Amino acid sequence: MPLWQIDIYPADDQIDREATRTTEEISELGLGDQVSVAFARSFLVQGDFAIAEANRLAETLLCDAVTERAVVAIAGQDTLNEPPGSQTTLVNVLPKPGVMDPVAASTIGAAQDAGFDVKAVRTLRKYWLGDVEVKTLDPICRRALSNDAIEQVIIGPLEMDQLDIGAPYEFELVTIPIRELDDEGLERLSREGQLYLTLVEMQTIRSHFVSLGRDPTDIELESVAQTWSEHCSHKTLAGRIHYRGPGLEAGSPLDERQYENMLKETIFAATQSIRQSLGDDDWCVSVFKDNAGVVTFDSDYHACFKVETHNHPSALEPYGGANTGIGGVIRDPMGTGMGAKPVCNTDVFCFAPPETDVESLPPGVLHPRSVMKGVVSGVRDYGNRMGIPTVNGTVWFDDRYVGNPLVYCGCVGVMPRDRISGDPEPGDLIVALGGRTGRDGIHGATFSSAELTDTHVDEFSHAVQIGNAVTEKKTLDAILEARNDEGECLYRSITDCGAGGFSSAVGEMGEQLGADVQLDAAPLKYQGLTPVEIWISEAQERMVLAVPEDNLSRIQDICDEHDVECCVLGTFGTEGRELILRHGETEVGRMPMALLHDGLPDRVRIASWTPPADDTDAPVRPAPDVTTALPALLAHPNIASKRCIIEQYDHEVQGRSVVRPQVGVHGTGPSDAAVILPVQGSTRGLGIANGLATGLNADPYRMAIAAFDECIRNLVCVGVDPSRIAVLDNFCWPGCDDEQRLGELVRAAEGCYDAAKAFRAPFISGKDSLNNQFTTEDGTTIRIPPTLLISGFGIVDDIHRCLTMDAKHAGSELVLIGDTSHPGGSIYAEMFQPHRVGELPEFELEVLSRTASRVSNAILSGLVVSAHDCSEGGVLVAAAEMAFAGGIGLTLDFDGLPGTDEFECAAFGETPGRYLLEVSSQQMTALRDVLGDTPMTHIGTFNDGHTLEITGRASFSLDDLRSAWLGTINW
Amino acid sequence: MTKALVITTTGINCDLELAEAFDLAGATPISMHLNRLLQQPGLVDEFDLVGLPGGFSYGDAVAAGRIAAQLIRSGLYDSLRNAVSRGVPMIAPCNGFQIAVQVGLLPNPSVSATPPVPTVALADNTSARFIDRWVRFNVPENTTCVWTRGLRLTSESAIMPIAHGEGRFVPSSMEQLQQLEADGCVAMRYDPDDNPNGSAGDVAGLCDPSGLVFGLMPHPERYTRWTQHPIWTRMSSEEMAGDPPGLQMFRNAVAWVHSHREATCSNSA
Repeated sequence: MPLWQIDIYPADDQIDREATRTTEEISELGLGDQVSVAFARSFLVQGDFAIAEANRLAETLLCDAVTERAVVAIAGQDTLNEPPGSQTTLVNVLPKPGVMDPVAASTIGAAQDAGFDVKAVRTLRKYWLGDVEVKTLDPICRRALSNDAIEQVIIGPLEMDQLDIGAPYEFELVTIPIRELDDEGLERLSREGQLYLTLVEMQTIRSHFVSLGRDPTDIELESVAQTWSEHCSHKTLAGRIHYRGPGLEAGSPLDERQYENMLKETIFAATQSIRQSLGDDDWCVSVFKDNAGVVTFDSDYHACFKVETHNHPSALEPYGGANTGIGGVIRDPMGTGMGAKPVCNTDVFCFAPPETDVESLPPGVLHPRSVMKGVVSGVRDYGNRMGIPTVNGTVWFDDRYVGNPLVYCGCVGVMPRDRISGDPEPGDLIVALGGRTGRDGIHGATFSSAELTDTHVDEFSHAVQIGNAVTEKKTLDAILEARNDEGECLYRSITDCGAGGFSSAVGEMGEQLGADVQLDAAPLKYQGLTPVEIWISEAQERMVLAVPEDNLSRIQDICDEHDVECCVLGTFGTEGRELILRHGETEVGRMPMALLHDGLPDRVRIASWTPPADDTDAPVRPAPDVTTALPALLAHPNIASKRCIIEQYDHEVQGRSVVRPQVGVHGTGPSDAAVILPVQGSTRGLGIANGLATGLNADPYRMAIAAFDECIRNLVCVGVDPSRIAVLDNFCWPGCDDEQRLGELVRAAEGCYDAAKAFRAPFISGKDSLNNQFTTEDGTTIRIPPTLLISGFGIVDDIHRCLTMDAKHAGSELVLIGDTSHPGGSIYAEMFQPHRVGELPEFELEVLSRTASRVSNAILSGLVVSAHDCSEGGVLVAAAEMAFAGGIGLTLDFDGLPGTDEFECAAFGETPGRYLLEVSSQQMTALRDVLGDTPMTHIGTFNDGHTLEITGRASFSLDDLRSAWLGTINW
Repeated sequence: MTKALVITTTGINCDLELAEAFDLAGATPISMHLNRLLQQPGLVDEFDLVGLPGGFSYGDAVAAGRIAAQLIRSGLYDSLRNAVSRGVPMIAPCNGFQIAVQVGLLPNPSVSATPPVPTVALADNTSARFIDRWVRFNVPENTTCVWTRGLRLTSESAIMPIAHGEGRFVPSSMEQLQQLEADGCVAMRYDPDDNPNGSAGDVAGLCDPSGLVFGLMPHPERYTRWTQHPIWTRMSSEEMAGDPPGLQMFRNAVAWVHSHREATCSNSA
């Protein structure tokens, strides 16, 4: 059967934009200047037809009549190897076998629909390069043109005569002789089998099978490893911990405490206590149970929210890692209750600074700029294709994320109140919907427990995947239709396939009933998968439903109309609550659900904490002039505009965005939070925001409170009612293998507990990723700073009362609410006053909470014209942002502020709990009445000029400040 | 009842807001999957308005809108062409526009049942990147487009959101562009200083010679409430009086259906 190759080049009068981009990329990576490039996207098409038919395929389906031209030939023929210009070196980049190729998948379907007898399709990219030095060709191929983790490079003509379609699997039952292994053998098995279980856990498994008098099959061992992985069981956060160290408040004496389950005793406990105190007013619906936390939105709808991380996959393959990160978290609302409709996404990234010197990178690490571009493109391509607006997010830069970036993706959904819960019943069919199962993403769940090293690209490339958003979108369409079929829901329960694949999804749904699974019933992407691979594959875009047999044909019809594949994998309900796994006629595994879900052994981990010593070597520098400091802060990557990222995301699809990520004149203001209008015909809105206070990581207790407070302030500033805010925790820790790290985790968890109780904002869901460090070739470990993201959403009664942060009117007053203390942990201290980094700000939790509710009262009673939270960069940065976003001048007049006499600290400190409010002068008295004893300081007046004046100190043109803010992150 | 058909398919994702826009304008929207319409093309005959929504049909694999366009060319073109000849206004924002030009409905549907070869393209933006922002636009005075004629615009309101990676209008030749302009087929233009994608002639939207079929890269269906305006919190109630321009377009089309129906009735009476 012939293999056709169809190369698509830009037409002669068109600019080759991919070539231009590639030339720039090569130059940015320091691999050559002005390298001449020509580009073709190309299709390998295997099908039994002649040249005329191949040409017709190119003309009707693959090539645009106006802007492109095609070269069509049998693969390997000379016409394909003639450069379009003067370039001499041909580089072909193909997805590795088994890697998702979404374009090929859609093309084959479309070609067959159009009547072409096409058997297989694969896409590739063809780069023709001009003069490059021999020694730079390899790095150009690896770093500028491809990614080793998912792609292969072939230099020179492509010699290929057929596409590999996979070989059939020959069944083999594998047992693992675990009973005879000693401790050393168990540890080796755990490591080499990529199970990443501890010795105690391996011993527990051994005892179980010793008691049964047999060895486990490979699939049984894998099932336990998946279920017990950190990723699925949160065994550290929810484990027994003994803490020794200073008490929580600054300066408090030594404290010692023991947790039986830290998560339950801190974060859950706060939620429980808030729910009890709310009584009939409790608006939590489902917390820490389902795939996302659920609260009441209005009399007809519930809202849910989940945030996940996808850090390790994004380190190896940023595009695919982030792509499947957002794809995965979207499936959480889809798999919550009886299925929620996703209404918006959020994303928060932590990278090393984009200007990091290429030479300084450890081997095995991608350049932070490539990581950032890849991650942003991955989120963009998936979120935009799903038709879900990405409305809120941020990026935080720190050197220590160099080998282990963080990629947090969140998704909010809404569902009718009567579609909130369901459980499978015995006899219900296990129905899988959506994407096919392939060898992709194997060991993703256990991979997240491993530590990244310079050789991980080779070991774990199978854990990295590319998503196919269009499969998830049509699966979502089908599910929402099945959920609301003639008023009835056609299934009894639903969940997504995430980490652990079918093993986790079926394991969780069948926990109370047992399940009988026929593994070879799953539709496969290609032949040759073993039963284990089918069971633990984390192939994307799959959902699992429990379907009463009578409803199967109706579900099948809905799936057919949407071109969605669905299959029956087995039934729920077995005698003795067992999990039974079959392949063909053979039983390949049989285990009690109790072992999987209750068998994880406990151990007490010791945590301690010593406050970091003051850095006595830090250089003492004089305070810089404000004329230098303010523009430099605005241009700092952690403060500067993220416009070039925001505008690549569709933040308005669905037409329900009310407060967008960029506000003010020409969108030059950073919005504190997003507001969407989730339900058609209503005026009730949902605010979404994030809080991150990594600058305070020297004390994770205060860091947690500050992150919580920032999230609340962001929401309050757009008009959210603080008594209707629910939050999510997301811990990304640099390993918990030593007492100090674990001590930091304890302090952060306690910070969450105290903050939630003080603000009366319940945690409803959370996630942890506790092994974020990178070990270089020479054995140096780079640990990320402990990073805690607090994501929140809350209710806006009437969206017409929403505020944005841009200043509105010349003549109005600017007031600062709250106390200001030390400058430690601020970006200013980090940049200019390193010897003061350790002087952390002081604050009282009760005051923060009271301030939030009073400011909100002022906003909701209409006393405030615009509001902005005062965080990164401090008062001057926030005030400058308000002025240039509003396009109106501002005169500031202050030396000290309540809490400090020092101008630098007042201007640039980042004490939590502070707000800047624009108020008309007539409302100042009324505002003071509402605020009571909360400090309110009049610091300036807006005017119709174009400058920011700081009386007696400096004057800036707003255009200059705005340019500084817009100019940093620009690619 | 004025019935609006909203055609959905794999990867289309702006169908709900398009349906809502029809609803706000007084029509009754009904969404239908392309697979069903391909099986029963006659269903189109029951509708007074047609919307081809935005999104990423079939993932925009190969090229934006390509696969959906091939399906429509092979099985639904004739029904859509008939609908135009019966006086049905059609709107195709964003991916819908990309589909419509490749189907051959724009700039000029053929008189026969065979779809014409596409003569214009919507190629990748000059920035080679997806971009979401609001841009200023205007409506050429000579346009025959029933959707954009007579829009009430102010300097504050005459903006529209765009969100696409492939929206650069490329005609086959400059002569073709001049002809389209002369024939009133340019239904909407970007402000020359605010052309987001490098479109020739700042073309943001086209209509066919009948003025009924309207394809555009901006999203009027995302501009039917004032709280969708990017700086609505800065605007006075006077500035937000009346319908936003996006909704006005849909009202124009519904009004056209009503007057066309009356005209047809009185002719036959």
